[in-house]
Amino acid sequence: MSNNVVLEMKNITKIYPNGVIANKDANLSVRESEIHALLGENGAGKTTLMKILFGIEHYTSGEILLNGKPIKVTSPLEAIDLGIGMVHQHFMLDERLTVTENIILGMEPKKGLSLDYKKATEMVKEVSEKYNFKVDPNKLVMDLSVGKKQKVEILKALIRGAKILILDEPTAVLTPQETSELFEQLETLKKQGHSIVFISHKLNEVKEICDRATVMRLGVYQGTYNIEDVTVKDLSRLMIGRDVVRSIEKKTQNLGDVVLKVDNLKVINDEGKIVVNDVNFAVRQGQILGIAGVEGNGQRELIDCITGLETTFVGKVSLHGLEDKQEFSVKNLRLNGMNHIPEDRLVYGVSSEASIQDNIISNRYDQADLNKGIFQDRKAITTLSNELIKQYQVKTDSKDTLVRMLSGGNMQKVVAAREMSTDMKILIADQPTRGIDVGTAAFIHDKIVELRDKGVAVLLVSADINEVMDVSDSLIVMYEGKIAAYFDSIKDLSQETLGEYMLGIKKMSEEEIRGATV
Amino acid sequence: MTWFKKKPDAKRDVIKEISNIEKRFEVFRIGIALLISMVLIILVIALISDDPLGAIRELLLGPLQSLRRIGNVIELMIPLTFTGLAITMVFKTNRFNLAAEGAFYMATMVAVLVALNSPFPPVITIILGLLAGFIVGGLLGLIPALINLKFGANELVVSLMQNYIVAFFVQYLLNYVVRDPNSYAIQSYALPESVSLFRFIPGTRIHVGLILMAVVVVVAYIILYRTKWGYVLRVTGLNEKFAKYSGVKVAFVIIIAQVLGTAIAGLGGAVEMYGIYNTFKFAASPGYGWDGIIVATLAKLNPAFVPLAALFIAYIRVGADILNRSTNIPPEIVSIVQAIIILFIAAKAFMKAAKEKKIVEKSREVASEGAN
Repeated sequence: MSNNVVLEMKNITKIYPNGVIANKDANLSVRESEIHALLGENGAGKTTLMKILFGIEHYTSGEILLNGKPIKVTSPLEAIDLGIGMVHQHFMLDERLTVTENIILGMEPKKGLSLDYKKATEMVKEVSEKYNFKVDPNKLVMDLSVGKKQKVEILKALIRGAKILILDEPTAVLTPQETSELFEQLETLKKQGHSIVFISHKLNEVKEICDRATVMRLGVYQGTYNIEDVTVKDLSRLMIGRDVVRSIEKKTQNLGDVVLKVDNLKVINDEGKIVVNDVNFAVRQGQILGIAGVEGNGQRELIDCITGLETTFVGKVSLHGLEDKQEFSVKNLRLNGMNHIPEDRLVYGVSSEASIQDNIISNRYDQADLNKGIFQDRKAITTLSNELIKQYQVKTDSKDTLVRMLSGGNMQKVVAAREMSTDMKILIADQPTRGIDVGTAAFIHDKIVELRDKGVAVLLVSADINEVMDVSDSLIVMYEGKIAAYFDSIKDLSQETLGEYMLGIKKMSEEEIRGATV
Repeated sequence: MTWFKKKPDAKRDVIKEISNIEKRFEVFRIGIALLISMVLIILVIALISDDPLGAIRELLLGPLQSLRRIGNVIELMIPLTFTGLAITMVFKTNRFNLAAEGAFYMATMVAVLVALNSPFPPVITIILGLLAGFIVGGLLGLIPALINLKFGANELVVSLMQNYIVAFFVQYLLNYVVRDPNSYAIQSYALPESVSLFRFIPGTRIHVGLILMAVVVVVAYIILYRTKWGYVLRVTGLNEKFAKYSGVKVAFVIIIAQVLGTAIAGLGGAVEMYGIYNTFKFAASPGYGWDGIIVATLAKLNPAFVPLAALFIAYIRVGADILNRSTNIPPEIVSIVQAIIILFIAAKAFMKAAKEKKIVEKSREVASEGAN
């Protein structure tokens, strides 16, 4: 790391048109050849600050200096011209095009009127060799693993001459093995004079690879520190505002009857691809069964079948006595004791234009205690809403606030308040803490464990290794639509081993997996 | 005396204040839209009229100048409220089924058929006729909804085409079934004199349909905002996937809303027939279904505001008619008003920048207070 400052963002304030203050007087100064961590919880304003730098968002006030000169970035194209590249959390790739086509899109070498594909391939080969990225330029992006896709994204930025590379939570989707490979490459880039802004909330990773860290909390700049001078604990205090000592206390397991049983489940998607392939498992009362796996390995399709959102599948699902496929509507499943925290909060989890109250009662609006004759019992509904808002600590001054006015964490609390407060036999929790702050995540984890102790069966799906390992009693790993591994207990399981199963490097035998069904 | 008050939590306050700003801007936007449309219509009149001041007075105050004219406004408000309510119910589920237009027209004819053929005493005939209008309206609303469910055809397109079929079918019935051959005009046989709704304000044609209208408005409001059925209807309209995930039978709800909504338009058609006319002479549809879209939009899809919106549209229509009779300005001038209102209310971007600026200012203000 040299002491040469290449980029400076000064007193950046960003207020969104809905009144949310994403950044307040935020500062960032990045030196040449450094890996600079931008640390903060979900919702701390890290991504917004970087979107401002990359020209996607416009700031309300502040100043940006590049090599000492003030710049105005109004679009990503300008940012790229200035040597700034960004790799987004959700990849911006066309799945149906090849690696080469994706990388050179918008800067195609031409031969007459047509694309000079040979030259394009050479260009891609050249950069990937220069930085030691091993990707086959002729492969279709849809056939690549998540780790490889990320490399394509980074190459896209490098080939356009990015000197400053922004990586938005690059390790969130990676397995431990892929992460260490990424870190090696980042070191290489650093040695070649690139500056990297590494957005993360994973302190250990930051400690491992970064030179300095800028910490943000609730949109406010907390300071910039040399990594050598601070401990992980210091950083976490800066990030969250208090010490987080997290280890979930769980009572010994008290297993009851099987609530959910899945037999030989097979799902074929619209494109004719088998996305869930011969899956068998069972969840019992008082058990939290985790489903780990890199996203897109059949978890969503599997959950859709269990929750009644998808009814065309082969095989058998039985949920607390309900097993006739004709009867598998969401309503019947819910009546049979199934509650569901969905993966996609904004699409399924809430109705954002409706009030908190209307969101809370959506799974019980027809219950007798909330209706008086043909009318809704407004008093009972008000009492219920206010109680749940209090109990689940939803930050609002009224039950009539529209859900879209709430932060992601508070929205998720509304979902939790609804799905965790009725009598149930099984809770399907699909990515229950994705994209929300640590405090709310811990709150939801505690609630899940509380339900398990009361004898509820829980199926927890998560792509976050820490979450599945902390919360689950037993664990299934899904890889390419199949169960790749089953762990009856996760006590002796290491993250590395789990990573190997998630990546498909290792696979258990049928015998070993059979344990999941009893 | 504010020092003993609990210091409000800055974040909570902001949410409330922003909600208030948003609400205020919504009202403000409609007000501005009405204002701009009125200014524009006055400008147009000033340009083409020989006596602009007189013309404008006729337009704006004309409808108040006699009891009969006030009556005209109320009479026109009744069908507009029915169709406005119909469209409101349908649009609430976020489905754009416009069968209400055909339903209103068809129901006027059905009411005539019932009146001409009923062997029952007048009161029962009237009830039967209204019921028939309601049912036929519901059926017409059902067709596009079912076609959409079974074949995925967009209900907007299907209902628009259906309106043509219905219109020509009504004209067929007029020409070949109910037409009075002894009359020079194209009109039906006269309805039995006693098959008409009681007119309770002498000097006007205001009829008991007004009371029926009020009842339907209240019932629609109560269903929508005070019952579980209304709840599922609203939730489904706001986010269909959320409703499905919550266990609502979405397909059923959407169909019921379209059937019920369009049925109200049908009821409106029958009321209009028995309330105002004694023979059928609509050689073409009066188009109240289309007007229902304007009314529903102006009322922001809230049944409680539908009569007000209908009253406004009725008022400017009657004003324009009066203007047309006393000057050479065509009544179509009203279309300008309507077009501008719809444009500005539907255009989400209209005044958005001002609203956002205000919200940003407010947030900054509260944030700096929080810092102190």
